[in-house]
Amino acid sequence: MRYLTPTFVVALTVALVVALGRPWGSVPALGPLLSPFTGFWQNAETSSSAEIDMVTAGAQQPITVLFDDLAIPHVFAQNDHDLYFAQGYLTARDRLWQMEFQTYAAAGRLAELVGERAVNLDRFNREIGMVYGAEQAEKAMLSDPDTKLIVEAYSAGVNAWISSLSPAQYPIEYKLLGYKPEPWSSLKCALLLKAMTSTLASGADDLQMSNVRKVFGAAVTNDLFPDYPTREDPIIPPGTTWDFTPVKTPASADSVPMGNPLALNWPEDNPAIGSNNWAVGPQKSATGYPILANDPHLTLSLPSIWYQMQLASPTMNTCGVTLPGSPGMIIGFNKDVAWGVTNVGADVLDFYKIKFKDATRQEYWHGGQWKTVRRRIEVIKIKGQPDLPDTVLYTHHGPIVNQSGVKGFRANIPSGYAARWIAHEPTNEMKAYHILNRAKTYDDYVRALAYYGAPAQNFVFANVAKDIAMSPNGKFPLKWKDQGKFLLDGTNPAHDWQGFIPPAQNPRVKNPPRGFVSSANQFSTDPTYPYYLNWQFAPAERGIRINQRLTAMQHVTADSLRQLQNDLMNLQAKWALPTFLPLIKANLLKADAAKALATLKAWNYQNDTSAIGATLYTEWVRQLTDGIWKDEFDRGDSLLTRLPRFDRTLRLIEREPTAHWFDNVKTPALETLPDVMTSSLQAATDTLTKKLGPFGPAWAWGKHKATSVRHLIPGMDAFSALDIQIGGGNGIVNATTERTGPSWRMVVELGPTPKAYGVYPGGQSGNPGSPYYMNQLETWRKGKLNELLFLPTADTKSARIRNKMIIN
Amino acid sequence: MLPILLIAVLSLLAQLVLPWWSIALVTFAFCLVRSESGKQAFWHSFLGVALVWLGYALLIHIRTDGLMTARMAQLFFKTASPIGLLIVTPLIAGLTAGLSGLAGYLTRTRLALG
Repeated sequence: MRYLTPTFVVALTVALVVALGRPWGSVPALGPLLSPFTGFWQNAETSSSAEIDMVTAGAQQPITVLFDDLAIPHVFAQNDHDLYFAQGYLTARDRLWQMEFQTYAAAGRLAELVGERAVNLDRFNREIGMVYGAEQAEKAMLSDPDTKLIVEAYSAGVNAWISSLSPAQYPIEYKLLGYKPEPWSSLKCALLLKAMTSTLASGADDLQMSNVRKVFGAAVTNDLFPDYPTREDPIIPPGTTWDFTPVKTPASADSVPMGNPLALNWPEDNPAIGSNNWAVGPQKSATGYPILANDPHLTLSLPSIWYQMQLASPTMNTCGVTLPGSPGMIIGFNKDVAWGVTNVGADVLDFYKIKFKDATRQEYWHGGQWKTVRRRIEVIKIKGQPDLPDTVLYTHHGPIVNQSGVKGFRANIPSGYAARWIAHEPTNEMKAYHILNRAKTYDDYVRALAYYGAPAQNFVFANVAKDIAMSPNGKFPLKWKDQGKFLLDGTNPAHDWQGFIPPAQNPRVKNPPRGFVSSANQFSTDPTYPYYLNWQFAPAERGIRINQRLTAMQHVTADSLRQLQNDLMNLQAKWALPTFLPLIKANLLKADAAKALATLKAWNYQNDTSAIGATLYTEWVRQLTDGIWKDEFDRGDSLLTRLPRFDRTLRLIEREPTAHWFDNVKTPALETLPDVMTSSLQAATDTLTKKLGPFGPAWAWGKHKATSVRHLIPGMDAFSALDIQIGGGNGIVNATTERTGPSWRMVVELGPTPKAYGVYPGGQSGNPGSPYYMNQLETWRKGKLNELLFLPTADTKSARIRNKMIIN
Repeated sequence: MLPILLIAVLSLLAQLVLPWWSIALVTFAFCLVRSESGKQAFWHSFLGVALVWLGYALLIHIRTDGLMTARMAQLFFKTASPIGLLIVTPLIAGLTAGLSGLAGYLTRTRLALG
């Protein structure tokens, strides 16, 4: 050892300590991560033991929290400040990383955490004005005394939890990504609401529609993209009278096609993100009281999207699910009422082509004069790199989007698109929930809804006074028909949003004669509603199926509604296959395609896990749609278009079997409907053979679909649930697709004492090292529900209470 | 045996308040004061600290039914087996501590000579 000098070994030791103390690319710092004193070992948890936990956090009076067997907190506070303080404190305790990460994403700050690969996403969120919108919402919530108290108490609760943490107690994701939590704020609460609006109300295909019109002309466009589908059963039952005098809607403006739209890569609506809700009235229920059900469909993720709670103070006692980072109960019930939501999908995002005076883009043309462009500097911080400042230009419509997507930009014609988006309005959704959480009557429900802005939701309602109601509700711009179906002209004031539909005139129905209300993201109303909301909504299959079953049901119980939530009927296939199958030229089918045809003929239209028919049908429809439309519509990247909806395709097949669209214009031969039917079935079978091997059990729907619930960090398989065997699919009442599905299922029986049931695909804890991380997943997969514990007081005895916490 | 035990106790106490790299400080200081050969300094430090990390990790692993260990093993080694983590964890601590202990011993000899 003589050749080892002390200096050399000291240097070697220091080098090793430094090397283990810093991250290498995506490999986190191993020293602190592997240390049992500070690292991931510290995140390992056991089921909580039955003991009383006393914490000092800064409550005004002692708060009692009871945790049940699913680790759901039941909070009993002596005043409203303490109630929301406890909500913030407990949510942070279970979900701190998730709630903070989502605000980073919403604020366009992901590059701070993960480096350059998030810069484009961050730019997108900055340019669409997420932070600007959140600032507007924050102003609105701080200007109302009720919501000011709520958001400040909640933030204080989150911060009390954060300041109690030592680095060893940080959630595992902080340790893996190498950062630490920052203080919570009311702006972060607002950012979370904007993130929801971004998820549910930011899809747009205005550009694609403009391109379609440019290529095919107005007549073909109107024919293939009609303003009302062939098969529909709107949310507000047809025949419902509109008991108001409508305000004057703006006159239809000349909507001439505009030349050379810029390339604008905008996410389209994700049709799999939808939801179901319904309520049956006393005449249909076995209990004589209304029963309400709701299952919101979202991209399923871990830590779970929802966090179950019971929140009680002298002004309220409500139970259900909350959104981590957002105070109040979002979906739930109290002893008098229950409510739930599904997405509306009204057109609340439009694009305006802006004409700038010159390349400096200081002024833009509108209503015959030059108006000033406002500039907002967004500084994007990037991990390990210098800051990237981004100047976003604001017109009175809204921010100019996609400035960074310079593709197609010609310097001599300065132009751009401004986004007019409902998320930029100063609305106060928290106020709506403040009232709804405390609601006792139908009138409270109506009063609450008037405050709600975005994302617009179909609010289902039921109360112990035996009312049921439904309202597609939100702040809806007052539009001329089809305003925003195509790109709009930013120079013409007639194209501006000109006010909003009065909240009292939003579509609404109370106690309809049919004895139930329901929504599944389909059209809000039939065409008799005096206002324009959108020209397309989610496909109607789920809504029609729900209404068929509810119409047939009598003596409804919570369990029969649970079964309806798990309905697997593929209504679209039931409509289509009797027409499709006779058109097949069976003698031309090769290899496994003949077996496929026989399987489809024998299929009972159930999308259960073992159904091969469901796999075949899904792949076939995809190939068929492409086969019919793509030869005309696919113009490559240079001109983004979109294909007609399946409802229109089916109508074409049923009623226009000789249409020229069936011919493939890229071949010299003249193809007919039977040709494209046969070739697409063959192609579907060939594709499946390539992917799954020869026809057989491997083609079963559950295996093919392989639903996963993934951790929010992309690629984090170790913290995800993969290959979950569950039926359902797109357009099925049980809308579980590969990545999306029922993020929460709830059924509430109103009555002298409400009885409620619920489940979600995950668990209360956001910690992958906790037994409560995904303990509800299997119950969810099986389509079962847990009974929700609803305690009248903190002293109520229940065998399900596991432990207790007193927050001082 | 005694040096190993002393290093274990001292490093454990240090880590209750200081970051993980306090293991290097403890073993360096310990061997600066008390060590007989480079080999011994290295292995006493290695074993003293590695035992603490292994013991504590194992205790947590068993007490929590290995839930977190399995997930982290999945992340690092694409397997649910905890073996890899239960080897790597004491290994990196042992190496750091061993090297630092050796550095402490060498510094001691240099000081003694000088």
